[in-house]
Amino acid sequence: MRARVVSAAPDASAPAIDVRAIEKAFGDFIAVKGISFQVARGEVFGLLGPNGAGKSTLIRMMTTLVVPTSGTAIIGGCDVVEDPNGVRRAIGVIPQAMTSDLELTPTENLSIFAKLYGVPRARRKHLIAELLEAVELTAWADKPVKNLSGGMRRRVEIARGLVHEPRIFFLDEPTTGLDPVSRGAVWEMLRKIKAERDLTVLLTTHYMDEADKLCDRIAIVDHGELKALDSPANLKAAVPSQNTLDASFSGAPADWLRRLQALPGVAHVSGDGTVYRIASSSGPATTMALMAEAAKAGVSVQSLAVQSTSLDDVFVHYTGRQLRDALQAPTAADNPFMMRR
Amino acid sequence: MERMLAIMERELLRFSKSPALITMSLIVPLLQLVVLGYAFGGTVRHLRVAIVDQDRAVPAVKFRELLGAVQANTSTFDTIEYHDVTVAIDALRQGKLNGVITIPPDFSRRTLDKRAPQIALITDNTDNVVAATLTASLSNLLVAYDAPRVVQRRIPGATSLDVVEVYPYVPYIQYLLPGSIVMSIFMMVMIGGGIIFIDDKARGLHEGYLVTPVTALELILGFNLSGAIKAVIAGLVLMTFGTLIAGVPHPFEVLRLLRMLLVIVVTSMALISMMFLIMVRMNNPLMPRALFGALNTLLYFPSGAVYPQQAFPGWLRAIAIVDPFTYAVHALKSLILKNTGLAAITNDLLFLSIFSLVTLGAATLLFRRTL
Ligand SMILES: Nc1ncnc2c1ncn2[C@@H]1O[C@H](COP(=O)(O)OP(=O)(O)OP(=O)(O)O)[C@@H](O)[C@H]1O
Ligand SMILES: [Mg+2]
Repeated sequence: MRARVVSAAPDASAPAIDVRAIEKAFGDFIAVKGISFQVARGEVFGLLGPNGAGKSTLIRMMTTLVVPTSGTAIIGGCDVVEDPNGVRRAIGVIPQAMTSDLELTPTENLSIFAKLYGVPRARRKHLIAELLEAVELTAWADKPVKNLSGGMRRRVEIARGLVHEPRIFFLDEPTTGLDPVSRGAVWEMLRKIKAERDLTVLLTTHYMDEADKLCDRIAIVDHGELKALDSPANLKAAVPSQNTLDASFSGAPADWLRRLQALPGVAHVSGDGTVYRIASSSGPATTMALMAEAAKAGVSVQSLAVQSTSLDDVFVHYTGRQLRDALQAPTAADNPFMMRR
Repeated sequence: MERMLAIMERELLRFSKSPALITMSLIVPLLQLVVLGYAFGGTVRHLRVAIVDQDRAVPAVKFRELLGAVQANTSTFDTIEYHDVTVAIDALRQGKLNGVITIPPDFSRRTLDKRAPQIALITDNTDNVVAATLTASLSNLLVAYDAPRVVQRRIPGATSLDVVEVYPYVPYIQYLLPGSIVMSIFMMVMIGGGIIFIDDKARGLHEGYLVTPVTALELILGFNLSGAIKAVIAGLVLMTFGTLIAGVPHPFEVLRLLRMLLVIVVTSMALISMMFLIMVRMNNPLMPRALFGALNTLLYFPSGAVYPQQAFPGWLRAIAIVDPFTYAVHALKSLILKNTGLAAITNDLLFLSIFSLVTLGAATLLFRRTL
C-alpha cells in the first residue's frame, strides 16, 4: 500500500524514468554496462541499437522482468529493485515477442489484462471499447487474434498495454517484422494515443526512420553501452559530414579522386573510377565546385545526387559500423522456438 | 484473487478454443484401452498342432479321440496328422506349426503294463503364451485321460483346493480401464499443462503477464487450478466412454460415480503439481517433449495398471511405491472392479493429497517471478 501512495503523487518535475548506472551481467558476459539516462514526463524516448546491443535487457530491467546486477532505475517514482510492484502498476509494457493469445479475441485479450491490472469492472468494458477504437480494431474486436495480420496483432498489444491507463509506456521493437504499411499504421496509432493522453513513451528499435520520426530524443546503444544521446536533429548536426554526394563520371583522369578531395567542404571521398561517394560538410558549396572542376578537367558528370545526413550516418559515426551490417544475426522473435534466455 | 481468476480464465478460454488439443489427449488413452484390452488377455485359439502317432494301438486311439473332443469343444488347437517326427519338427521350426504331439511306439504297451506311459509335446517356446497354453490344455487332457485311475488312487484324507471367486469374471479391458483414466489425466497434464506452458515461456508469452502486478502465488494457483480442471475433464470423459466400452456392470451408479469423481479430482491435482514442479525451471521447449515418453513409461507401467505389481522385481516396486499412478490406479480399480466404499481407498486419497501438497510446495519455492 505504501508503494501506491508514493506512486500516486509523483513530483511533477521529477523524470518519468531515471536510470542510474544500471548493469546486467549474464555470467561473464556483460549485456548492459552501467548505463544512466533520464526521460522527462511526456517525452518519447528511443533506444536505438543493433541485435544484441542490450536494448531488451535494458527494457526488461526497467520493467521488473530482469533484476539488475548493479545500479537501479526509478520508474514513475518507484524503484525497480525496491518496489517492483509499484513500478508494475505505473507502467504498460509491450514485450518484443508477440504476446497476445492467438485463440482469443482482442476483447478477451484486453479483458484478461484489465483483470490482471485490477481495473474496476465498471470501467473495463468502456475502456476496452475505447482502446480498440483508438487502434482501429473495433471491427475485429470479436474475431480470434490468429485471423489478424502482424500489424493488427501489434496494435492489439498496444491497446492491451494501455488497458490500465499507465503513465509510462514501454515498447520493445514495436514494428520489427512488420511490412512498411503496417509499420506506418503502428506509428500513426502511437502518435495519436500519445497526443490524447499524458504518456511518457520509451521504445526500442533498430529502424533509423522509426527513431527519427517518433522520438523526441534518441539513445544509441551498442555492446551494452550508451554511445550517444540527443534529439535526432542534434545527433545529425553533431556528425561532421552534413551531406552525401553520389556522383558518376565518364572520362575521369587518374588523379580525379585526389582532386575531388581538394574541393571545398569535402570530408571524405570513396570511389572506383566512375562512381564516387563524397561526404561533405556543405552540400551546395561542394556541388558548385564539383561542377566547375568537372568542366575544367573535361570530365562529364553522368549523374549526381545530393542527400542530407540520415541517422544511418549518425549510427556509423558513433559505432563505427553500418546498422545494416550489425543486423545480420536473426532475432529470437523471428523464430518462435528459439530460446530467449 | 481476481488476478488468479484472470489467469484461470485465460488458460481455460485457450483450452476451450483448442479442440485439437482436447481430442489428442483423449484419443491416445482411449486407443490404448481398446487395443491393449483386446490384444492382451484374450484366449488363444486354433493353434496348429501336429500329431504323430507311432503307436496306433487302442490306448493311443482313445487318447486321440479325447484330443478330437477338445478340439471340437474349445477349438484351442487344430490337429494335423504327420507320419514322421522329423518332418513335423521341421515344420514347427519353420513356423508352420505351434506344437508337435508324439505318441511313442511303446505307449500302449506301457499303458497296459502301467509302466508310466508318456506323450511328448514339442513346443515353440519363443512364444511363451502359446507354449504355456498348449502345455496347460494338454495337461488337462491327460488328467481327464487318467481320471478313472486318479479317483481310485485318491486318499480320503487328502486336502483339495477349492477356489472361491468373490467378484464376477473381470475381462482384461476392464482391468485396464483404471490405468487408461489415469493416463488421460496424465496426457492432459503433460500437453495442456507442461508442453503449452514451456512453449509459452519460450515464445516470450510469459513476459506479457509478468509485467503486471499479478503475484507469484496467484500465478501458481491460477496455473495449477486451471490445469487440474482440464485434467478432470479429460478423466471424466475417459471414465464415461471407458466404462461403456469396457462394459463395466452398472456404469451409472451415482455413488460410485461420485467416488470416482473424487479420485479423478485428487489425481488431477497430484499430477498437475508434479508437472508444475518439473516445468518450473525449464525453458527449453524440447525438454517436455523428450520427457513425455520417459515419464509415461516410468509412471504408467509400474503402477499396476497393466500387470500385477506382485510380479515386479524390488527396484520396480520401489518406483511403484512413489509413483502417484499406483495409488490412482489402485483407487479406481477398487471402485470400478469391486465397487468398494471410500474406506478401501482412503490411503490412496491420502497419498495423492500429500504428494500434491509436497510437489506444489517445492514448485512454489522454486518459482521465479522474474525471467
Ligand atoms: N538470459 C540471458 N543469458 C545470457 N545472455 C543473455 C541473456 N539475455 C540476453 N543475453 C545476451 O545479452 C545480449 C543483449 O541481448 P538483448 O536481448 O538485450 O539485445 P537486444 O538489443 O534486445 O537485441 P535484439 O535486437 O535482438 O532484440 C545478447 O548478446 C544476448 O545474447
Ligand atoms: Mg531485443
